[in-house]
Amino acid sequence: MAPKTKSLRTSRNPELIRGVGKYSRSKMYHKRGLWAIKAKNGGVFPTHDPKPAAAQTPAAKPPKFYPADDVKKPLVNKRNPKPTKLRASITPGTVLILLAGRFMGKRVVFIKQLSSGLLLVSGPFKINGVPLRRVNQSYVVATSTKVDISGVNVEKFDDKYFAKEVAKKTKKGEGEFFEEKNEEKKTLSVVKKDDQKAVDATLIKSIEGVPDLKIYLAARFSLKSGMKPHELVF
Amino acid sequence: MPFKRYVEIGRVALVNYGKDYGRLVVIVDVLDQNRALVDAPDMVRSQMNFKRLSLTDIKIEIPRAPKKKILIEAMEKADVKNKWEKSSWGRKLIVQKRRAALNDFDRFKLMLAKIKRGGLVRQELAKLKKENAS
Repeated sequence: MAPKTKSLRTSRNPELIRGVGKYSRSKMYHKRGLWAIKAKNGGVFPTHDPKPAAAQTPAAKPPKFYPADDVKKPLVNKRNPKPTKLRASITPGTVLILLAGRFMGKRVVFIKQLSSGLLLVSGPFKINGVPLRRVNQSYVVATSTKVDISGVNVEKFDDKYFAKEVAKKTKKGEGEFFEEKNEEKKTLSVVKKDDQKAVDATLIKSIEGVPDLKIYLAARFSLKSGMKPHELVF
Repeated sequence: MPFKRYVEIGRVALVNYGKDYGRLVVIVDVLDQNRALVDAPDMVRSQMNFKRLSLTDIKIEIPRAPKKKILIEAMEKADVKNKWEKSSWGRKLIVQKRRAALNDFDRFKLMLAKIKRGGLVRQELAKLKKENAS
């Protein structure tokens, strides 16, 4: 969710269809109270004193071409997306089963929901190799098993934390173009590794408090013959 | 050997279809070739098609179409509930229900327990084989 911006100023004359307002020109004249301003100033609108010869900037060059066809003015989009609803069965600490992607079938611990609606999960990495990661809740099965995550500090994780690093564009000259590319291998930053360790340390402590939970998280989920997913209780 | 379970007054049956599915009822009257009047402590006496009933081995002593009170007394006297839960059929249903209620973690723990049991059995078997071989 984008941070709340100042409420947009809206016209008091809403557009019915593109280019046609709800009120006529004369009705808006009355609505806006222009007649009162006029009356106050003796029948004319007040004007500013003309500025003394504002620095003569070269007028923007008129475009060479005018568009041949009318360009449609896009309608104002006033939609403000609602924050994603979290499924009732998913609460912080719930063990989730991932359904798609590289970590399909892995059982992971749900940590919190980010403002974009994605779920922040952790394997923990030490146990099953799933790092701190964002997943969509539609690709997840929530189980009734819970892990105590009260000790985990999650404040630093938001959507920006997971944003892709923008690669710097370097212009290549003719000569460089043919030189061999020595691209550095992508490595995870030390900061992220430390974050992972910090989260996992408290997680693993609470996981080890429950017998069998650690091997449970380390094991992948899969359907076996005779298992009917619509009848299973998770 | 002929049939052991008959449609008769006092025969306990299991409902295998419909909204009363899984309920243990007692046949209190036979209406015609297709239907019986059935009753149970926690239901309103009603008629039911024989196709929906599976007869059990249990039979209680009741008069035809008894009052609820008499029926409950007779059922308690014959210890129907316990008899049913101890029969292999009744136990099977209980086990099925419990297994269906297991959650993912419980199923996993069950799997671990089964592996453990298998290991123990194999160990003991190996021991016995060794003894008998010599």
